[in-house]
Amino acid sequence: MIIATNVQKKFGRLVALDSISLSCNKGQTIALIGPNGSGKTTFIKCLLGMVIPDSGFITVNQENIHRTWEYRQHIGYMPQISRFPDNMTIEQVIDMVRDIRYKPGQQLDEELIEAFDLTRMYGKRMRTLSGGTRQKVSACLAFLFKPDILILDEPTAGLDPVASEILKAKILKEKAKGKLTLITSHVLSDLDDLVSELIYLQEGQLRFHESVAELQKKTGEAKLNRVMAQIMLQKTAQR
Amino acid sequence: MKKIIKYSLLDILRNRVILAYTALLAVVSISLFMMEDNPAKAVMSLMNISLLIVPLVSSIFCTIYLYNSAEFIELLVAQPIRRSRLLWGVYLGMITALLIALIMGIGLPLLILQPTVSGLSLFLTSAALTIVFSSLATLSAVLTRDKAKGIGVSLLLWFYFTFIYDGIVLLVLFQMADYPLETTMIGMSMLNPIDLGRIGMLLQLDISAMMGLTGALFQDFFGNGFGAILVILVMIGWMTIPVLFAIRRFKNKDL
Repeated sequence: MIIATNVQKKFGRLVALDSISLSCNKGQTIALIGPNGSGKTTFIKCLLGMVIPDSGFITVNQENIHRTWEYRQHIGYMPQISRFPDNMTIEQVIDMVRDIRYKPGQQLDEELIEAFDLTRMYGKRMRTLSGGTRQKVSACLAFLFKPDILILDEPTAGLDPVASEILKAKILKEKAKGKLTLITSHVLSDLDDLVSELIYLQEGQLRFHESVAELQKKTGEAKLNRVMAQIMLQKTAQR
Repeated sequence: MKKIIKYSLLDILRNRVILAYTALLAVVSISLFMMEDNPAKAVMSLMNISLLIVPLVSSIFCTIYLYNSAEFIELLVAQPIRRSRLLWGVYLGMITALLIALIMGIGLPLLILQPTVSGLSLFLTSAALTIVFSSLATLSAVLTRDKAKGIGVSLLLWFYFTFIYDGIVLLVLFQMADYPLETTMIGMSMLNPIDLGRIGMLLQLDISAMMGLTGALFQDFFGNGFGAILVILVMIGWMTIPVLFAIRRFKNKDL
């Protein structure tokens, strides 16, 4: 569904993405991991057209996304830091996005709104919300339009354990429906039962892209953080 | 795009700044008509004040609003919307709000107290300047990432067109006093929307005779059909070119 070819992005002298090529398919749940500043968020922003690559191209559903916008109706995005218009209430924000994005005949998915019990807080203004509640609103908006592709940037950061479990259950449910999900997270244990593939970025370069089963077999470990620790050890040993 | 205009307009109208602006304009225009016996003089004074206030408020308000709606814009760029439509929507929302304030603050008092051609042309000039300076403010807000810098650029543009430019014109006039500069003056007035508005107004008020030979030439040039059309075209240029640049830049901006 998503194919990136030689995507390159520089911010001044800093090379944020160094000819990244990868492909993601339907039904996969992919963890995008890497140290801080490795280009994960920049890559996601390139996918959404928020950052425009210097060279290379990205296709979503076989269509080059350069300067187009229609493809975004297949994407639900939950940003790392959710920023909303301060003066609007939760209800107004959700209604606004719904009003702007809604197409006649489209079915909406309000499961998360119910699961997070957001209707109880509908009247609260965005500026008064805690970081976790903002994340909840952001998650609801990402899932609202039943997109085929979900892009979640640090979804569990700031969420309490209950909310985090609700969100994970929701991701698993969508995965079962054959959707493509891209997740970045630093908390590898959060990703354990969710992901089927790992993409590892470092200093803007793609280090590897492999299925979790393959990696588990290679390293002989079951837990993701153990797997990653093993890989890092092997890499340093090779040097 | 209509929906974006709707939401930004609703957001702005909830803002107290725009209410205060409306009230200020209304108080100024009503009190001027109360104080002056001669309504033509009142229109003249109102013109001088509105040529100062309207561009200032339009440019500052639009710059600050654009920076403050960064969240709104960020939320919507990830949605299936064309980027240019997004900025157009916010821009048109801002102008609509400012024009509503202008209609309430200047338009209605003029309609009630001085429903003449000069009153109408004062209103139209202020409306045009609102759009021109919103457009310039949009450009400076899109070009600079830093809020303080962006507001500074807008203020500086206002200052330039209100004071510095006139200073430069005077300097040229005195330095080149020995040469016939009348046509050059017409050309120079095109480069400043505020001057263009002022000249248009003065000609409406039939006091161009007080401006000497240049005034007669202005009357001759701007008074005929060709001159009037040229002024309108130049004004439209001032309204559209900055915002078109802003939108072009915005399409390629990393957010």
